[in-house]
Amino acid sequence: MLSIKNIQANVEGKEILKGINLEVKAGEVHAIMGPNGSGKSTLANVLTGNKSYEVTGGEVLFDGKNLLELDTETRAREGMFLAFQYPVEIPGISNATFLKTALNEIRKYKGEAELTPKQFLEKIKEKAKILGLDETLISRYVNVGFSGGEKKRNEIFQMLMLEPKFVLLDETDSGLDIDALRIVSDGVNIYKNGKNAFLVITHYQRLLNYIQPDFVHVLYKGRIIKSGGKELALELEEKGYDWIKTEEVETENT
Amino acid sequence: MTGKEFYIENFNTFQKKLNGQSKSFLNEIRKEAMNRLTELDFPTNRNEEWKYTNVSPILKQNFIPAVNTTIPKFTKEEIKKFLFNDFDCHLLVFVNGFFSEELSKISLLPKGVIVGSLKKILKENPELISGYVSKISKIDNAFNALNTAYALDGLVVIVPDGIALEKPIQVLYLNTSENELVLSLPRNLIVAGKNSQVSVIANYNGYGEKVYFSNIITEVFADENSIVDLCKVQNENENSYHIEKVQAQQKKNSLFNHYNVTFGGAIVRNDINSLLDGENTETHYYGLYMANGKQHVDNHTFIDHAKPNCMSNELYKGILDDNSRGVFNGKIIVRQDAQKTNAYQQNKTILLSKSATIDTKPQLEIFADDVKCSHGATVGHLDETSEFYIRSRGVPQELAKSMLIRAFANDVIETIKIEPLKEQINHMIFDHLHRIEIENK
Repeated sequence: MLSIKNIQANVEGKEILKGINLEVKAGEVHAIMGPNGSGKSTLANVLTGNKSYEVTGGEVLFDGKNLLELDTETRAREGMFLAFQYPVEIPGISNATFLKTALNEIRKYKGEAELTPKQFLEKIKEKAKILGLDETLISRYVNVGFSGGEKKRNEIFQMLMLEPKFVLLDETDSGLDIDALRIVSDGVNIYKNGKNAFLVITHYQRLLNYIQPDFVHVLYKGRIIKSGGKELALELEEKGYDWIKTEEVETENT
Repeated sequence: MTGKEFYIENFNTFQKKLNGQSKSFLNEIRKEAMNRLTELDFPTNRNEEWKYTNVSPILKQNFIPAVNTTIPKFTKEEIKKFLFNDFDCHLLVFVNGFFSEELSKISLLPKGVIVGSLKKILKENPELISGYVSKISKIDNAFNALNTAYALDGLVVIVPDGIALEKPIQVLYLNTSENELVLSLPRNLIVAGKNSQVSVIANYNGYGEKVYFSNIITEVFADENSIVDLCKVQNENENSYHIEKVQAQQKKNSLFNHYNVTFGGAIVRNDINSLLDGENTETHYYGLYMANGKQHVDNHTFIDHAKPNCMSNELYKGILDDNSRGVFNGKIIVRQDAQKTNAYQQNKTILLSKSATIDTKPQLEIFADDVKCSHGATVGHLDETSEFYIRSRGVPQELAKSMLIRAFANDVIETIKIEPLKEQINHMIFDHLHRIEIENK
């Protein structure tokens, strides 16, 4: 579904990604772990087309399409979704307006009819129930006055509403208590099926107890230096990142 | 002939037209104002208060005071599109500053309440207004003198003690130049008695594309314990000039809310002044200015804390596009007696284009020692992170920008109490900036 080939990217002129290769197939969950500053969030922003991040080389194919040629909104309409680490507050715009606008833009792109107000409302009720969200949330302004946990939950709610093919979770576990973490993970697990795929970006192994990855990759200084199964996450939790860093240095030296 | 000579000559024509009414208290004030006008020069950029606003384009043309022109007729159908609707209100319509009885609709009023035209009250009950007109507002400059010299018609609202006027008063000022360049000179007065309440929506609009000049004075007297809301929405045509001075005087425990929403006009100048002339008063100034093309919008506010224990709060926000230019000057004086004053002021502007500019200047003069005052001014652009967030959900860039403009204007819009008015102003924001509108339901 997603094929990342030797992607390189700069932020403010500084090289952050130094050649990333990654293949994600439908039905898979990949986790990217790594210490702060390794380039995890950069990868998420590059894949969603944030203009503050400059791609200097490489290629990304999304279901055969050249992803990097598309603007942010078109990527979203093609099915790319990023659950933000820091979701933005939009006063004056209700969640309902926001979601209805987004959903109908996506439907329009796909050649589907706009949802009737009744259909939209039913969909909202159905998805809100999954996350145990209070329905009054829908008339509130986007993320305004939400706690950190509520914002993250709202990201997952948006995911359920927009039904993307490929979901990037950028540090979704940060700032969540155990209960919120469970709710968010449940949302993801319910949504997960053989047709969609996930890239879970996280600093800690904690989230991966709830969202089980098929593959774990370690990102360090802009490169994936180790890949493995979910046991790799446990190993990282136990030993930290230092042993891989040492291994990396040794490999470089030989 | 210079502008001034032109206005002096027109004054004689105007005086001849007055006939029987030339002996009124107001005519003495007019003559005095005309004398002041002969002495005063119109402001230039050398004048500190007009440093960033060049009025010479206004003075290059001779606008004929509306009293010396033929006032055009409109039908109810024609004015419909200019009105705010979906809420119950008294409606007064002024065409080029002159009251139109046929177009207005004033419902039954409580005893003693006057909602009507200055011209009529001058004829019938001048004693009701002689204590206020030109007493609250002094002549600060030649524009004020010009308005006062020709003061003949405008809105008059008098709410006696103890009466809360339930319905808001919507006043449509429709201005237009048909065959000649018109100078519209409304002279407004709002008097709220003790323990009274009144809400006025001043809706300025232009008909047609021809240039005209609106030069307005609005005097507001808020007696003890009164609540006065004055919401100005200015949507004059894009070629017109618009200058207004609002002067409020607040007595003990009164509350004055002024809303100032600017859409139209080529050169716009608002002076919004409040004298806090009693303890425990509260004053709120909310401003929203949107400009594009070559529009120039200048807002000068002045809050005079003359008595102790008063609170003033000011929030002015602007969205400037294309080559438009904004000016904000917010003056607060806290006099020596005005201990325990709370005064807050904020001005925030978003520039949507590289060539839009804003000059913003807070001016705090504090002579008392036990006060809380703060002010702040920011100038910025639409937040790129927020735009990215919205677009990442599939929303196109232009619409994402519209959403962020709505978000920026929100804390001003939210303060408007009449829900349908809020929605219609919202609609006007996008309409004016030619952006895609968001259906907010």
